[in-house]
Amino acid sequence: MPELTYREAVRDALARALREDESVFLMGEDIAEMGGSMAVTQGLLAEFGPKRIRNTPISEIAIVGSGIGAAIQGMRPVVEIMYEDFLTLSMEQLVNQAAKHRTMSGGQVTVPLTIRTQGGAGWSPGAQHAQQLEAWFVHVPGLKVVFASTPEDARGLLWSSIYDDNPVVFFEHRTLYPLKGDVPDRLEPIPLGKARVHREGEDVTVVATGRLVHEALKAAEEAGTEGISVEVVDPRTLQPLDEETIVASVRKTTRCVTAHEAVVRGGFGAELAAVIQHGAFDWLDAPIERVGAKFAPLPFAPAMEQWVVPHAEDVLEAIRRTVARG
Amino acid sequence: MATVEERAESGGRRVSEQLLKTFFREMLLIRRFEEKVEERFRAGELPGFLHVAIGQEAVATGVCAALERDDVIASTHRAHGHAIAKGTSVERIMAELYGKLEGCSHGYGGSMHLYDVEVGNLGANAVVAGGIPGIVGAALAFLMRGEPRVAVAFFGDGATNTGTFHESLNLAQLWKVPAIFVLENNGWAESTPATQQLPLPVDELARRALAYGMKTIEADGQDVEAVYLAALAAREHAAAGKGPVLLHLRTYRLTGHYVGDPQVYRDRAELKGERETKDPVELLRARLQLTDEGLAAIDAQVTAEVEASVEFAKAGTDPSPEDAAKYVYA
Repeated sequence: MPELTYREAVRDALARALREDESVFLMGEDIAEMGGSMAVTQGLLAEFGPKRIRNTPISEIAIVGSGIGAAIQGMRPVVEIMYEDFLTLSMEQLVNQAAKHRTMSGGQVTVPLTIRTQGGAGWSPGAQHAQQLEAWFVHVPGLKVVFASTPEDARGLLWSSIYDDNPVVFFEHRTLYPLKGDVPDRLEPIPLGKARVHREGEDVTVVATGRLVHEALKAAEEAGTEGISVEVVDPRTLQPLDEETIVASVRKTTRCVTAHEAVVRGGFGAELAAVIQHGAFDWLDAPIERVGAKFAPLPFAPAMEQWVVPHAEDVLEAIRRTVARG
Repeated sequence: MATVEERAESGGRRVSEQLLKTFFREMLLIRRFEEKVEERFRAGELPGFLHVAIGQEAVATGVCAALERDDVIASTHRAHGHAIAKGTSVERIMAELYGKLEGCSHGYGGSMHLYDVEVGNLGANAVVAGGIPGIVGAALAFLMRGEPRVAVAFFGDGATNTGTFHESLNLAQLWKVPAIFVLENNGWAESTPATQQLPLPVDELARRALAYGMKTIEADGQDVEAVYLAALAAREHAAAGKGPVLLHLRTYRLTGHYVGDPQVYRDRAELKGERETKDPVELLRARLQLTDEGLAAIDAQVTAEVEASVEFAKAGTDPSPEDAAKYVYA
């Protein structure tokens, strides 16, 4: 089984879809000659040409909006918003148009659009280049939301996103791009709405997304040395959400920690906690702990940035707190 | 929509009296439809709120007549005329305003979200300028697939102050997509007059497209023949692969922003003057020298059509409440 980086895995899904299907094309800032600011689309211009690998002006409204229009006409555009912070500029098109066309038209229109974007702290980009805004989009009926944490998941989920007939916001984490992992030769689409149990355990379930999946796995190793058995579940798609797998896991372990890099307040962990308390109330032996960033815009100085975002130690401490509750 | 033969004849820049009569009938149908909508709204029969485009009928009729059936439009919150002119029956539009399954958006949309994909209406939009970028994308799809179609966005002068408008025109011109941007310039952004929202003279708004190197065509939006010929020229340009066109049509909103708007912001005498001199239906009637009997005959037909649409709508099917979430995902 070949090893691909997370970056290569995303590129592989794009290249295969472009190769197979004339209706797939890419639009975004600096994605052609430069290969994208994260080098994800490197080499695609050479293979597919400028008509299908389209550099755009710095116009997030028009990038997403024209993607919507082309999608409604039967294309499968994949647009790139360079940083998820810049999704804020395209919110009107995403929230009022992409998400609502199908319902507003009484089912006449579908919008098979994929919006790829990335973010994440850990390299001192400051407050406007590393936010984690995925929870915002979960709140909008009509959008699907994906957050891949491994190379294999990135490829299989992106493929499914491209071929989903709904608008999908596909989040990548910047610090995961160099991460290597085994990815099968044959592309297996991963259905949207199916969680992945990364590690089975008996005492605590950690439901983690993005970079925090890996922090949770580290924390789980460490907890093991303390005699605590930790299960790590990655929902992978936040909407639709695999409630069944998550609730079943917590019913088994009776304790739960949610973990993401986004701020805790109003974060996706809050939704997870609500789903879990409802589905596993009689099984829970401790309050659900939430791990996430402190409530502050990301500061520049590395020491401050590192203090704001969560790490494996934060997950570990949360695990210990839940276990300490009888 | 005009027939192929009628369009061919007009290629010579002459519109037959017969075609003008067809336009007149459609404009009067739109007028009577919107008057009926106002009446039924005031009677408390229509949920939500409504915007009518009384005074702007020549824009809807003239532009849509110049389009082919496969061409697509995106409309605005003032949408009834566009929808009728693009080919949706008044019955299905009225049923939509009553929130019925038989409506053109099956009761999910309402007045500001009239869709009819079958005839190329990609939807009216309640966000000012919200439909413009989608039209750039539709036109891009046509260009990439080599289809001889154009995509048309309707919007008002207020929309030209949004970033959405500017990003869209910039991208459309950059990629030379077959789009027509129809600036339906009535000089009002809701209650705010041109003098308070536009740094340019209201009649010179097309200059905004010139900044992108885009071809602009202007016509008197109250003169349906002028609108039609200008739209034909715009379509010809866009469909020939020469790039998008801004079609600037100066028009007049002879009513309030919404049905029931007391228009406290508007000069009464000026409005009265506009109603007397700028009504496109009256202007066309004078041009056609329609006799009172001639007018009455057409009026009786379209009024009956509108009345029948109300009956159709009232007899329509109410949606099941639980179907509300039926189309959230495909």
